Amino acid sequence: MQPFTVHTGTAIPLRRSDVDTDQIIPAVWLKRVERTGFGAGLFSAWRKDPAFVLNDERYTGATVLLAGENFGTGSSREHAVWALTDYGFHAVLSPRFADIFRGNSYKNGFLPVELPEDFISQLMAAVEADPATEITVDLQNCEVRGAGLSHPFQIDAGVRHRLLNGLDDIALTLQSEPDISAFEARRPTWLPVTV
Amino acid sequence: MARTLADKVWDLHAVTAGSGGDAGGTDLLYIDLHLVHEVTSPQAFDGLRLAGRPVRRPDLTLATEDHNVPTSDTLLPIADPVSRIQVETLRKNCAEFGVRLYPMNDPGQGIVHVVGPQLGLTQPGMTVVCGDSHTSTHGAFGAIAFGIGTSEVEHVLATQTLPNARPKMMAVNVEGDLPAGVTAKDVVLAVIAEIGTGGGQGHIIEYRGSAIRALSMEGRMTVCNMSIEAGARAGMIAPDETTYAYLKGRPHAPKGALWDEALLAWSDLRSDDDAVFERSVTLDAATLRPFVTWGTNPAQGVTIDGRIPEPASFADAGQRGAAERALTYMGLTAGTPIREIPVDTVFVGSCTNGRIEDLRVAADVLRGRHVKAGMRVLIVPGSMLVKAQAEKEGLDEVFRASGADWRSAGCSMCLGMNPDTLAAGERCASTSNRNFEGRQGAGGRTHLVSPAVAAATAVAGHFATPEEL
Ligand code: SF4
Repeated sequence: MQPFTVHTGTAIPLRRSDVDTDQIIPAVWLKRVERTGFGAGLFSAWRKDPAFVLNDERYTGATVLLAGENFGTGSSREHAVWALTDYGFHAVLSPRFADIFRGNSYKNGFLPVELPEDFISQLMAAVEADPATEITVDLQNCEVRGAGLSHPFQIDAGVRHRLLNGLDDIALTLQSEPDISAFEARRPTWLPVTV
Repeated sequence: MARTLADKVWDLHAVTAGSGGDAGGTDLLYIDLHLVHEVTSPQAFDGLRLAGRPVRRPDLTLATEDHNVPTSDTLLPIADPVSRIQVETLRKNCAEFGVRLYPMNDPGQGIVHVVGPQLGLTQPGMTVVCGDSHTSTHGAFGAIAFGIGTSEVEHVLATQTLPNARPKMMAVNVEGDLPAGVTAKDVVLAVIAEIGTGGGQGHIIEYRGSAIRALSMEGRMTVCNMSIEAGARAGMIAPDETTYAYLKGRPHAPKGALWDEALLAWSDLRSDDDAVFERSVTLDAATLRPFVTWGTNPAQGVTIDGRIPEPASFADAGQRGAAERALTYMGLTAGTPIREIPVDTVFVGSCTNGRIEDLRVAADVLRGRHVKAGMRVLIVPGSMLVKAQAEKEGLDEVFRASGADWRSAGCSMCLGMNPDTLAAGERCASTSNRNFEGRQGAGGRTHLVSPAVAAATAVAGHFATPEEL
């Protein structure tokens, strides 16, 4: 996984709440068996509307997504994160994220940052006034800066450590192999097996 | 210290506890059952192959084909080449890694969340995961069950564990008796409308109270299934006699002395009287009515006696904007009585309401009646076993005689990855769980309802309850 330390880029304001993963990447795209190439499907239903913000050329090249609350709700499809990263996003800022989406993001070096609604609104307004406004997402200092504003954010220390260093979760877990084996030896015998 | 049901199950599965520092607050959780389907697994198996890792516990892993499978002409090859490749990829992966698979047309095949419980694989006190958000269904047995993404699927395949922070605990109490005609689906839609689509975020919900205890296992699964629509990590119900009666004798349930051992362990699986929940909500069962959603998220719903709300009636600006957009998408006008909205499609099925009890309810409504002219009605059993049972009871005849289409098992029109989709502008009364834009087909309009309301709507041509027919 690519480490995430500090990212600076321009942003797109998506003034919608409850953006569900069916919108981020519609189900027709889920038939693919690869991990790449999902950027073309990002918000593909909404992008048919010429007025949709992703079609606004002023925001071309943006790498930070500003969104309303409850972003990533719905289906567990990690394809939603693959679509966002493949399109070029590095981070998304929202007042609240769906749990599974947040977890999926961390696994892909993509940062969901939870910040108060009024702070995100201020950033949106600044970006709408001047699309060249740069926003910095700083995981080292747990802070977001932009448009002369800044705000700290919180993240689990373990998650932050893995993101900063781009560590492979599976390799980390396999270091606990003796604990896993010991646990397996203790499991009750009445638990079911599938075979 | 007093613990909740979820705390107890969590503690039983913590291989290592979050030690702070760089490890953060995540425990390493052992997973008792890992369910797999074709959509969220191919990239996970690829990851294993790349790293040269085996599946650690194929004997705790089970795969089924559900999302892409056609529900008619199932003996022909899948027509859509992309869907076919995805299903074939699952078959290859299961063969290569030694995972048991229930393929299309196998008597064991079905929607992953219908298959686990019907086999008796989902049991109290277990941890169950699947690359699918509606894994919360299995919490109905007093298991911790939650959906995961594809990277986590790979993690579980490789290690049979998941690093996870302990969620917060929330109690949803539904007390009293449900009025006649009000079902588990209406209960959970009312809960979601009450706490909102993000109301359960970061929490495991434990459903409690006399109305919950009075539900059948099927009803409990319907309630837990939609916990994710309230944003919760999982939903749970403490096991009791209803749970044990459902489990006993199922193929994978413990037998003989092991059953007694298991029963003893299960008897501890309830929240202590003085256990603390971070949040608690209470609903009065007696006030509930059949529910119909009008918008594009599952919290946008009213009772069948209600009207489409005025967006201006929402105090919150975000909710107001969402309501305006939803009404435009849904082609609805504020103030319209729900009963006067014409419907052209009815879908009975999905992991929410595709079990035998749901089909019996729908058949009771349709028996001796005919669906409204021009109405398309799809009845899709949740699994091949449900299908066989329904046919044994003659329900298929009832459906066909009424003019409904009786199908084979799969996710079908719940998400329209197979040929069962809505066309743009079509309006569907659906027993599934998501009314998101385009969920059942691009431009399609979904209203979430119970099987009873769906079947009555099929006859009436507009939203209705069976009593009104
Ligand atoms: S029936 Fe619908 S919600 Fe359930 S697993 Fe299938 S697609 Fe997902």
